[in-house]
Parts: sequence; structure tokens; C-alpha cells
Amino acid sequence: MAEGTHRRFSVRRMPGFTSIAMLTFAMLYGPIVILVIYAFNAGESVALWEGFSLRWFVTAWDNTQVQEATFRSLIVAGAASLTATVLATMAALGTTRTRPYPGSLVIYALINQPLMVPEIVTAVALLIVFAMIKIATGYSGLIFLIAAHAAFCVPFAYLPIRARLEGMNLDYETAAADLYAPPWQVFRRVTLPLMAPGIVAGAMLAFVISLDDVVITEFVKSAGQDTLPTYMLGQLRRMVTPEVNAISTALLGVTVVLLTAFFVLNRQRR
Amino acid sequence: MRERTGSIEEPTENGDATARRPMVEARSVSKVFGSGDSELRALDAVSVTIREGEFFTLLGPSGCGKTTLLRMIAGFEHPSDGAILLDGADISGLPPYRRPVNTVFQSYALFPHLTVAGNIAFGLEMLGRPAAEVADTVERMLRMVRMEAMRDRLTSQISGGQQQRVALARALAPQPKVLLLDEPLSALDLKLRKEMQIELKRLQTETGITFVFVTHDQEEALTMSDRIAVMRDGQILQIGSPHEIYERPADHFVASFIGETNFLAATVETRTGERGRIRLPGGLVAETDLFESMAPGDAVAAVIRPEHLRVQPAGSGSGLAATVATIVYLGTDTQYHLRLESGEMLVARVQNGPSGSPGLADGAAVEASFAPTAVRVLRD
Repeated sequence: MAEGTHRRFSVRRMPGFTSIAMLTFAMLYGPIVILVIYAFNAGESVALWEGFSLRWFVTAWDNTQVQEATFRSLIVAGAASLTATVLATMAALGTTRTRPYPGSLVIYALINQPLMVPEIVTAVALLIVFAMIKIATGYSGLIFLIAAHAAFCVPFAYLPIRARLEGMNLDYETAAADLYAPPWQVFRRVTLPLMAPGIVAGAMLAFVISLDDVVITEFVKSAGQDTLPTYMLGQLRRMVTPEVNAISTALLGVTVVLLTAFFVLNRQRR
Repeated sequence: MRERTGSIEEPTENGDATARRPMVEARSVSKVFGSGDSELRALDAVSVTIREGEFFTLLGPSGCGKTTLLRMIAGFEHPSDGAILLDGADISGLPPYRRPVNTVFQSYALFPHLTVAGNIAFGLEMLGRPAAEVADTVERMLRMVRMEAMRDRLTSQISGGQQQRVALARALAPQPKVLLLDEPLSALDLKLRKEMQIELKRLQTETGITFVFVTHDQEEALTMSDRIAVMRDGQILQIGSPHEIYERPADHFVASFIGETNFLAATVETRTGERGRIRLPGGLVAETDLFESMAPGDAVAAVIRPEHLRVQPAGSGSGLAATVATIVYLGTDTQYHLRLESGEMLVARVQNGPSGSPGLADGAAVEASFAPTAVRVLRD
């Protein structure tokens, strides 16, 4: 068929398509670009450019409160994403590698519940329940924060793992069983290696989601348990300096690297 | 319901095969999927005995139950009723990993995260064989399927035909009692498929392992098999050597599924023991084997293969009078579509000699003749 003789509908030929697209991208990334630029400001202002400098990165780096919050964020995100990934892997196996059973749709919905329930509702609920436990036990360690993060990270880890398992030909596992592998060996030698990219992708997504959570953290944390995002929020309430821009820029860098790796892994088929 | 007792298993012409012991036995195996209105009876009381060292083919159209039967021998499905025996022992309740049976899958199902050698070693490792023995066997298998050079490639880095050979080597490496092949050639192009047919037959002869092959391709079945079971609607219609299945089809379906056939309405005239005389259209008579139920006066279906018909110009008075309706030149032979006086159509296939095809034209009056032994009657 000759080109152009049989045009199909294309949104790209709608009037104003290009300008709307440009405007959308400007709205999305403009503020971030400005934030990143002022992270390198030599002056005290986040709105008045006074020359290029790395002083705010140095300030943030030397700030013990930033150091502690960063360290705490990494521990919470690491432990929570690890827990969530293990749970999500088991959930994904339980929802794709079993015979269809009544209520499987309900279970699927329950696993993804944190995606649908407003975060503030979960936060208030956790605040109340954790307060009761904290009073009863007298313990108020980081474990509450980790548990809360693990819970809302499960669906984010679950979805890529499930997608990987669903895209996987069941013949591989059948073939392994045919070649004398009992169920545990089928899992260890075939299913697990083949689903590994999904697991890594799920873990990275969960890590990033945990790393920048504010709402649930703000409600669940005990005194002196600021994570990087809640520390930044607290700083902004007092005084705004380009130090916050510098921390944001660093966080952005880490997130971009992890999410890029996530998409690369997820695109790897087979 | 079709008569299913006794006589479907005709005495085989392959004398030494009968002497061998049974390797796989299905004893009135049924498989029902679903229940109630959506119930599907994939297999209906199927019984078959496959002997040691045989190349046995399950042949039939899709949905006939051939793959279900194969998957039951492998252990991927369990019979709703009946039993599967392997080398004399009932294996109906054993999971696949406890059965000394391996499968070549239609999709090959080669492990994408392992190399060619890793795939071939998998079964042996799972059996806990010592590393030295595994390495030896893998080398032997690689040589057998001529894939030594590809040893360290991932399976995504080799061609379809090579994947097919690795799948074979992987399934043969643990030296199973039975090798199951589920339409393994269907993904290959015609030329490669022909090569692999010969290759499969060679591997079967070399290893002496019992092969159970599933296909819907009648030509493939005729080329490779020692015996064929023709299946339809969850039942086995006929079991026999390729020659028996082709030359003495038991019923209408087998006759039409395997090769081209002419069906003629005939009447039984006389009967003496197993044999009798039948009258064909145009008043010709032929002598042939009859089924038990057939008596003089019965209307029966008779078949003649197109290549058993001779076409001559009218006048000799020794055949069925007809006119030529269409002539199709096929290179090695010529196909004549003939219209009988009764209006029935007949196809004759005549081999072309060095001087080309016999000079007949459309509309010519001819006679179609045949040896009296070329006519068979069908059960239905």
C-alpha cells in the first residue's frame, strides 16, 4: 500500500498536539530543572542566582542530621524492600503457579490494596495501632517504620514479579519435572532463575517507593526517627536554603539511576 | 457408538515386534476435563499396548486425544479412569519426576538460562549421577546429535533445527525407557522436517529406546512409524503398521484421513468364511475380506486408492465406464478426475512414463480398471 493513501487516525496530526505536549513536559520537568539549578547557587536564596558553587552539597554532606536521616532512610528502605520482595515473590507464585481457585480475584485485590486505599487512611490506621502496641510494649524502635513501609511496598514489588511469571512459558517447569526434578528443584533450578529479573525489578521499585515516602512515615515515626524526606519537610517549615535543593538533587540522582535500571531489567524478555 | 471390541488390533506383518515385551500399556484409559455441561471427554476407554523398542505413532486431527494420552504417559495428566503401565508396573499415580520417561516438547522448552550442555546435563544431574558420568554422557549426546561446536551457546543463540536436536539430546541423555515426542517437527520448515524425520528414525534405531510420537501429519506417521494408532474423538479407530493402515483402512475416517481414497457404494453378493464377493457400480465384481457383521445383500462402502486404478480409452470392456472430467498434471504422475455413469466421481493417479502422460483429453470416454485385490470394504 502506498504511503499516505490510507491514513489512519493519529493523535499526532491533531491541531495543537505539539504545543500541548511541549507544555506538559515543561510543567512536569520545569520545576525540577529550576530546583536542580539552584542547588548549585552560591548565595543563600533559592530564587536569586548568585553564581555557581557546590557549597550546599558540602553543607548537606557535613550536616550530621542529614547524615543520620539518610542512613535511617537507607536502612528502612533496604529492610522494607527486602521484606516486601520476599512476600511479593511468594504472593506472585501463589497467584500464578496454582490451579485457579475460588476467591483468587479477591486475593489479587487484597494484595494490591495499598495501591487503592488513600495513603492518609493507612497512615492514620497505622498510627493508632502502632501507638497501642508502643504503649503496651514500651518499645518504639525502627521496626514499626520498616513494617509500615514493607506493607505498602508489597504491591509495587508484586506487580513486576507477577508480570514476569505470567509471561513465562509453563513448559519450562513441566520440562524440568519431566527431567526428574522434584518440585523444590524445579523452583530452585528453573522458576527462580527465570523470574530473577522480575524480582530484582520489584525490589528496586519497592526501594525507591520506600525511600521517598512522607505521609505514612510522618505518622508512624517516633521522636528522632526522621527519614530524609521528613527531615527535609521539617527544614522547609523553618528556613529555606539551597541545602534542601542539594539533598533533593542527590535523591533525584539515586532514584533516576534505580528506575532506569528497573525499566532496563523489565524490558529484558526471556 | 462405534464398535470397539477385539479386532482393531490386526496381526502385524512385523514379526519380531510381536515377540517383544510390552513397554507402555494403556488399559481402558479415560480422561474427562471439566464437569456438567462443559464436560469434555478427551479420551474414552482407550486401550493400547506399545512394545519395547517400537516407533509408535499416535495419529489424528487436533482434539482427537493423542496429546492427552501422551501427557498421561509422561505424568502431566492423570487418568479419570483406567491405568497406565510402564514396563509392567502401574505408574498411574506417579508424578512426572518419578517416571523413567522423557518428553520432547512441541515448543522444545529448552531452559533459556542454561547453555546447550547445561540443558543436556539437567536430567542426569537431577538423577544425582556423578559429575564425571554426566560430563561423559553430555559429550556422547552432543556427538550423537552433531552439536559439539554449540556446547557453550545459550539456547537462544542457536537455530530452530539445532534447538530441536538439543531437545532430543536432553530427553535422551537420561536413557529413558520411553521417549515421548509431542509434534516436535511442526515448527520446522519442510526441508528441515524431512531431514529430521530421517534423523529421528536413526536415533531410534541407534538407541533402541521406545519412541511414542504424536502427530497430525499422516505422511510423517507413514514415513517413520513401526506402528500407527489412528485416533478420533478420544478413541483409537485402528492400530497397525503403516502398510496395514494405508492398504487396509478399517473405516471411513481412517481411509479418508490417510492419503487419498475413492469411496464406492457396493453390495455384498456372496460370503464364504472371511471373504466374499461384492458388486460395484457398473456391474463389476471383486473378491475381498469382509467384516463379521456383513451378510449377502448388505450395502457396504468399498475403497480403491487412486494409484491402484488404471485408465484406458473405452472399448476393452474390463473396467468402470467413465468420462474424464479434469486432468491435473503433477510432475511424477497425472491425476484424472473421472465421472462414472452413476454420477459418482473417481480419482485415478497414473505414473508418468518417460514419454510423458498418456494422451487423454477432457471429456474422453475411458474405462477405469483395477486388480481385484485392490478393493477393500470398510467397517462402516
